[in-house]
Amino acid sequence: MADVIGYNREEKGAQPPSLYLPYKSTEFRAPKQPLVILPHTLSEVTGPVYGHGKVLPIDADLTRQHAGEPQGERIIVSGKLLDENGRPVPNTLVEVWQCNAAGRYIHARDQHPAPLDPNFSGAGRVVTDAEGNYKFTTIKPGAYPWRNHPNAWRPAHIHFSLFGPSFINRLVTQMYFPGDPLFAFDPIYQGIPDVKARERMVSRFDMDSTIPEWALGYKFDIVLRGRNATPMED
Amino acid sequence: MSKQRLGQTPSQTVGPFFHFGLPYEGDSNLIVGDAQGQRIVMEGRVTDGNGEPVPDVMIEIWQANAAGKYDHPEDTQAKPIDPGFHGFGRCATDKDGIFRFQTVKPGAVPGPGNSLQAPHLVTFVFGRGMLKQLLTRIYFEDEAHNANDPILGLVPEARRGTLIAHKTAPATYKLDIVLQGEGETVFFDY
Repeated sequence: MADVIGYNREEKGAQPPSLYLPYKSTEFRAPKQPLVILPHTLSEVTGPVYGHGKVLPIDADLTRQHAGEPQGERIIVSGKLLDENGRPVPNTLVEVWQCNAAGRYIHARDQHPAPLDPNFSGAGRVVTDAEGNYKFTTIKPGAYPWRNHPNAWRPAHIHFSLFGPSFINRLVTQMYFPGDPLFAFDPIYQGIPDVKARERMVSRFDMDSTIPEWALGYKFDIVLRGRNATPMED
Repeated sequence: MSKQRLGQTPSQTVGPFFHFGLPYEGDSNLIVGDAQGQRIVMEGRVTDGNGEPVPDVMIEIWQANAAGKYDHPEDTQAKPIDPGFHGFGRCATDKDGIFRFQTVKPGAVPGPGNSLQAPHLVTFVFGRGMLKQLLTRIYFEDEAHNANDPILGLVPEARRGTLIAHKTAPATYKLDIVLQGEGETVFFDY
């Protein structure tokens, strides 16, 4: 086989360090030894692009997974999955999960004394279309406290898990909402060194995807690593 | 000349509450049918810098099939795809920090230049307290080609053992993942 074409490395400043002491639990989970620089081989530029199982339309509507309507503000989150070269990333799995409008996860280990919502689980899946677009309907998640430091609160966020064309593209991130006053106090958001890069995680309110008398629209585009060399195009 | 590059979306921690959000068909069992090759269990324990088990990380693996073929369009080798096997698995650690995959032993795959890579699993670790995932590899102790593997060759000799799973039963391999400290697993900058 011919040598593979690798992907760009992580963008300095846009990706967090493993050790970031304001986020307390990084202290004993970050490697201390230097990382070994890995060339991209066939093992890295391939990845699971098939066989994500059956993704159903209902998986993209988190407000219809139970008998009744969930509590909270209904929203539509949509956007485009791209690489750094601006190319759409089609036919790839997008997984999302979040807490409910009151700031409570359905997860058994979430002890926050806010109510669970019997009509909201908070997990969804969608596959990007041929142009890299995705869209799902959900409830705006609440902020919630955590124990990182005294009076610590997470800004409202939706977790995103992305695959893309290779295993190297694998990205887990969080989508935030514009203007959240908790950004300044959140060590997970602040863990991204480059202030401009942090803002890439903040969705924007979008009147065009807002559905009258139904749901507010938010746009969140996601950029995965691109090829570090692309074949000449004619 | 060149078009302005778009900025990468930053990574954020998967957090402690991912379990309900990341269901995956098959999960830690990569065998979907009548898979070719040797069926194996790959298991281990994840520990942190205090030597404590880590009960809330997610391990993902990606690997070739028994013939050394990746189920991906960029693997152009004339080797068969195995419909009974998909190369991706996901496993959350349990309360004791244990992960366990049911899979097949992969074949060797091409490496840089004309080299051959010894059988291995590409392995990501995601977790609370990890703002970005960590990349490592799992090799097998009973593969003579490890000695010539181009990636193991990049790892300081004293640390190579942290990437090599031990055979603990005829079809069971074990490799512990140490996030930090004594015996720290080799992680890659990719």
